[in-house]
Amino acid sequence: MKRRALALAGFATGALAGTVLYRRSAGRRRDRVDIYFDDGSMVSFVEGSPEADRLLPVARDVLATARR
Amino acid sequence: MDPAQALADLAEISSQIEVAVLFDDDGAVVGSTVDDADTARALVRGALGLLEGAGSFRSEGGRVTQLEAATSEGSVFVVRGDGRGIVATTGPQPTVGLVFYDLKSCLRGAGKEPEPEKPKRRRRAPAAENEAGSDEA
Repeated sequence: MKRRALALAGFATGALAGTVLYRRSAGRRRDRVDIYFDDGSMVSFVEGSPEADRLLPVARDVLATARR
Repeated sequence: MDPAQALADLAEISSQIEVAVLFDDDGAVVGSTVDDADTARALVRGALGLLEGAGSFRSEGGRVTQLEAATSEGSVFVVRGDGRGIVATTGPQPTVGLVFYDLKSCLRGAGKEPEPEKPKRRRRAPAAENEAGSDEA
């Protein structure tokens, strides 16, 4: 009986931890830059790509300037 | 509509936008929700830097019409129209489509020529009425 309760508690704890980890990783959005062109096309660069790493610091400067 | 009115309307309808600056293609500030002129100029410099950097990523040379740079601290939006552009900042995770729509509306409003006055209806000449009256008598 005690063994069964322990197994149940262990399963519940594991399920809860798994849910929290999944939600945390899914909820975290990466910094990115979306660019739209006059021909209707769009490209998206996520943080870590050379293009985003060039533009994101400029964007952060703009945000800092706006909130000064 | 003048740029100041267009920006005032934008600030009223969009609660997500923190600051917005309208600028000419040459980078001159046309209107701003920011009181400090230096800050407005710095925001425009940043916006032009983003547009230039974004345009250089394409070898075919397409013109960048709008962009969003999203960070964990907030987002920067830049929209470019005919001869004018607008840069705006928001908090994190804004409603992207709505912000772009509001910025384009503001840009259109700021660039719109004043509507021509409606032509006034001509009144019938009183002499003709008098003539008609004298014929009857």
